[in-house]
Amino acid sequence: MAVLLIAEVTDGALNMDATAKAVSAVAGLGEVTVLCAGGEVEGAAKEAATIQGVTKVLTAEDPLYGHRLAEPTAALIVSLAEGYSHIAAPATTDAKNVMPRVAALLDVMVLSDVIGIDDAETFRRPIYAGNAIQTVKSGDPVKVMTIRTSGFDAAPTGGEAAIDSVPVGTDPALSEWVEDKVAASDRPELTSAGIVVSGGRGIGSKEDFAIIEALADKLGAAVGASRAAVDSGYAPNDWQVGQTGKVVAPELYVAVGISGAIQHLAGMKDSKVIVAINKDEEAPIFQVADYGLVGDLFTMVPELTEKL
Amino acid sequence: MKVLVPVKRVIDYNVKVRVKADGSGVDLANVKMSMNPFDEIAVEEAIRLKEKGAAEEVVVVSIGVKQSQETLRTALAMGADRAILITAAEDPAQDIEPLAVAKLLKAVVDEEQPGLVLCGKQAIDNDMNATGQMLAALLGWSQATFASKVEIEGDAATVTREVDGGLQTVKVKLPAIVSADLRLNEPRYASLPNIMKAKKKPLEEKTAADLGVDVTPRLTTVSVAEPESRKAGMMLGSVDDLVEKLKDLGVV
Ligand SMILES: Cc1cc2nc3c(=O)[nH]c(=O)nc-3n(C[C@H](O)[C@H](O)[C@H](O)COP(=O)(O)OP(=O)(O)OC[C@H]3O[C@@H](n4cnc5c(N)ncnc54)[C@H](O)[C@@H]3O)c2cc1C
Ligand SMILES: Nc1ncnc2c1ncn2[C@@H]1O[C@H](COP(=O)(O)O)[C@@H](O)[C@H]1O
Repeated sequence: MAVLLIAEVTDGALNMDATAKAVSAVAGLGEVTVLCAGGEVEGAAKEAATIQGVTKVLTAEDPLYGHRLAEPTAALIVSLAEGYSHIAAPATTDAKNVMPRVAALLDVMVLSDVIGIDDAETFRRPIYAGNAIQTVKSGDPVKVMTIRTSGFDAAPTGGEAAIDSVPVGTDPALSEWVEDKVAASDRPELTSAGIVVSGGRGIGSKEDFAIIEALADKLGAAVGASRAAVDSGYAPNDWQVGQTGKVVAPELYVAVGISGAIQHLAGMKDSKVIVAINKDEEAPIFQVADYGLVGDLFTMVPELTEKL
Repeated sequence: MKVLVPVKRVIDYNVKVRVKADGSGVDLANVKMSMNPFDEIAVEEAIRLKEKGAAEEVVVVSIGVKQSQETLRTALAMGADRAILITAAEDPAQDIEPLAVAKLLKAVVDEEQPGLVLCGKQAIDNDMNATGQMLAALLGWSQATFASKVEIEGDAATVTREVDGGLQTVKVKLPAIVSADLRLNEPRYASLPNIMKAKKKPLEEKTAADLGVDVTPRLTTVSVAEPESRKAGMMLGSVDDLVEKLKDLGVV
């Protein structure tokens, strides 16, 4: 058995955390070959080659793959599929875009958001916003899956896998990239941060979200948000935590002015320690919080920031 | 241009899901079922395209049990023009896998020839996030998933997508598959007169067998279990107590 693992490469940079966690998730299945596709992947490939458990790194370097468009990327993966029993990727938005397309081209089902691998054919994944965990057996000849990395430890570095290039495919010319709007930030990345401070509708405005950001900066934390906070324009979409946003499992998660709807809990209930600040003592968030504070966030959060 | 919108009947998002004691699945008996929230957004977007003159007809399609009729009627009441029901199961607990759904939808697309398929990004029951991408693969079409903005210009659609790093805009050639994310729009409520009118709109029924598609699942469910539950911790009296706890934990 052999695994083709699609590395997360964005604008030439390897997402080391997601990729290394995915390696440790699939390492038990067989030899792991990592594919780095992108406009410029040399640096990413060298870094991926250091992940222990990786046997080989393949590079597909071409502007065609520079913006992770689904059509050419899926075609590339399918062209390399022969000989692999498993094709996997960390469950990022890029992979969720591409992997089902790969699976359908191979006439197999996709396994989305895998949280546990029992054996080569048996996988665990959350359903119903994490309110149930399904164990499924796949009868398909090749297993195509995305891996929810929050539950896996990153594989250590120190390896020295060989790097090889693969032929670049032709452009299906179905779509073109127009622009990326990415906010630069000095804060840690949300899904790999050790501490996350999230704000909800209770914050009330975009301006007041600064209270959350100040606490996060004091803690060296990433900033998250509920859907309601994003929908209301207090926070950008890429901060959303939940069933349909990002899934995080930091050492410490601080939920401020968030009621704790199941769709939000789906994205953070595996955090080690949860702290909730809410003025409503009945808020469901307190049912999952290790420490709760009932009161007005506009006084409590600045006080906390100051006292830390 | 014709727009095809696949809509799925799922457990209502407000229902507290219970896992059955025998571990075979979740309890669907007597629970409220609704249209998948992302599909409501997709239906809304299709109707808006029609209102703007970018689309002529909105056709909704659902695959599943007979009761999915209700879901289709809801979409018709919102403003879709006609509906297609493909019955593929008798037991409401049987979920049709995205690969089979995509194959059935492909058969419908071959017949209907839409210029755009607008689906939801994810069904909130199986949380697969796969059907649109699979359909695009089977058709050899372009895809723009997780859309928060869609603009049709001539034979292309410019779509803004919600991605991990922020927003990405792509231009896809039509025909295309677009999947709706939460912030694409806010779906309307159907008015009572429109609900009445929807009863008279055409709803065509077919079976998976009529379309010659094998819906045998590729994945078999071994078991369904409750997730590890979290216990409520303690309420603290003051910010100072919290600072203390965080220090004890060594997180600060
Ligand atoms: C298909 C679908 C997908 C979804 N996906 C997600 C998702 O991925 N992530 C997500 O978060 N949600 C998601 N939701 C939305 C979810 O159901 C809730 O609506 C949302 O999480 C509510 O956000 P909130 O807790 O910020 O707002 P609310 O529920 O309105 O809660 C605000 C809280 O702030 C408190 N508050 C107000 N003022 C103060 C104050 N001054 N001091 C202290 N506390 C205060 C209130 O007591 C209240 O508990 C989804 C919904 C659907 C239908
Ligand atoms: N049984 C179904 N009937 C109609 N549409 C469906 C069905 N299953 C999935 N879809 C569509 O595909 C989208 C994604 O579903 P999924 O891939 O199951 O998460 C949904 O939002 C629907 O638009």
